[in-house]
Formats: sequence, structure tokens, C-alpha cells
Amino acid sequence: MASVIDMISFALLAAGGFCVFVGGVGVLRLPDLYTRMHAASITDTAGPLLVLAGLALQAGWSLALFKLAVILVFLAVTAPTAAYALGNAALVSGYRPAVVSDESGATDSEGEGHA
Amino acid sequence: MRALGLFLVFALVWLLLSGLMKPLVLGLGVVSCLLCVWLASRMHRVEEDAGPALRPLHLLAYLPWLLKEVVLANLQVMRVVLSPRMALDPVLFRLRATQRSQLCKVIYGNSITLTPGTLTLDVDGETMLVHALERAGAEALRSGEMDRRASALEASA
Repeated sequence: MASVIDMISFALLAAGGFCVFVGGVGVLRLPDLYTRMHAASITDTAGPLLVLAGLALQAGWSLALFKLAVILVFLAVTAPTAAYALGNAALVSGYRPAVVSDESGATDSEGEGHA
Repeated sequence: MRALGLFLVFALVWLLLSGLMKPLVLGLGVVSCLLCVWLASRMHRVEEDAGPALRPLHLLAYLPWLLKEVVLANLQVMRVVLSPRMALDPVLFRLRATQRSQLCKVIYGNSITLTPGTLTLDVDGETMLVHALERAGAEALRSGEMDRRASALEASA
């Protein structure tokens, strides 16, 4: 029974590692900051989700399980907040997306400079 | 009163995370919690209203739904990243946010960002500026399902 749990745990950890790897590949391949942030968010979501699930199976019903759950909750709150801070900072400092259909409408200063 | 509640929450989190009952550790815990309450009060977060209560049942329904969306979006973005030619079609667009409270707007904006492929860049009153990696992601948000679900978290006035 324990070995079945170990195998599931192994699969989850491996899948999580793969997701983080793909996120890294995306950060390298995609053309500009905004599109790269989409790839980075794989590393923030699917990666930790799978890795923490794999670790949770190893932890069993213990204090460690609670801690893993808390890590997941903190990540779910802080990751998008940090992503917003980064994206918003790029936008405010005038960095325009490289390849984009701009459908935001030039209603204010942020709309400037779109083709 | 709020400061006391905050202190109790911090203390509970400390106890659960440390699990050690040594006097030195507990003493450090008390000092840390007091420090955090002091910092929070300096940020004027203690006196302020924490926002409206969320409807627990809707939140219970929202989280699994969001998890499903996040997983699907992950697969979608991974497909784009790993495809040999990466046919990109990013869209920058404005989206209406119908939530009344700040808290639910934050939940909506963060849900958009948490879902790979869509990224909230700016919030201006009732509209959000969103960058999507693909047109499909933009259309999914425009359909308004996530907006509706995030709004449903608010207790009806």
C-alpha cells in the first residue's frame, strides 16, 4: 500500500517538475515581458500544485500536511499579487507589448502608442 | 479589539506552524505576533473594515471551479509554449468588473492573473486592463463567467 502511495507521489512530483521546466522554456521562448509572464504563471500554479500534492501524500495526516496546505494558500494569494505588481509596473513605465492586438481602446494615456 | 483578534490569529498560525512548546520559542512567538500587530496598525489595516463577509457556500463552490480553470489554462499555455512554431495571438483588452467591494475585485483580478494565459495589468474603477496570451483566453473572460462567479461571492445588498 505504501509503495502505491510512493508511486503516485513520484508521478505527481515528476509532473510538477515537468510543469516548472515547461514554464522555464516558455520564459525563454516567448517574445516579450507580458507573454513571458503567462509562462511564468505555470511555475506559480501547476508546478507547486503538483509538487505540494506529491509531498502531501508523503506527509500523511500530520502537521506537515497543514503546513503544505498553508504554503499553497499563501502562493495562491501572493503569486498573482506579485504578477500584478510586475505587470502594472511595466505598463505604467510605458512598456508596450511586442506582439498584440490592442483592443483596449485609447481612452486614456495607457492607450497611447498602439498602432 | 481588532488588534486583539489579529494577535490571536497570528498566535494560532505561529502555534500551528512551529508546533514547539518550548518557553523560548513561545516567547519569540509572542514578540513576533506583537511586532506584526504593530506593523499592521502602522499600515492602518487594523482599524479599517476588513470588507464584507464572503458567502461561504459560494466561496466553497468558487475554489474548485477556479482550480479547474487554472488546470485547464495551464494545459493550454503549456501547449502554446511547447508547440514548435508558437502561433501567438496576444490580446490587450478592457474588461468590466461588476464586483462592488474592493475585496471581490481583488479576488476577481487575482483569479484572472492566477489563471495562466490571462494577466490583469491595471484596475481603474469598474474596468480592468487584461493581457491575454491567446484570443481564446480573452473570449473566455469576455463571456463573463468568472466575473459572475466572483460577484456571487458578495452578500447581496
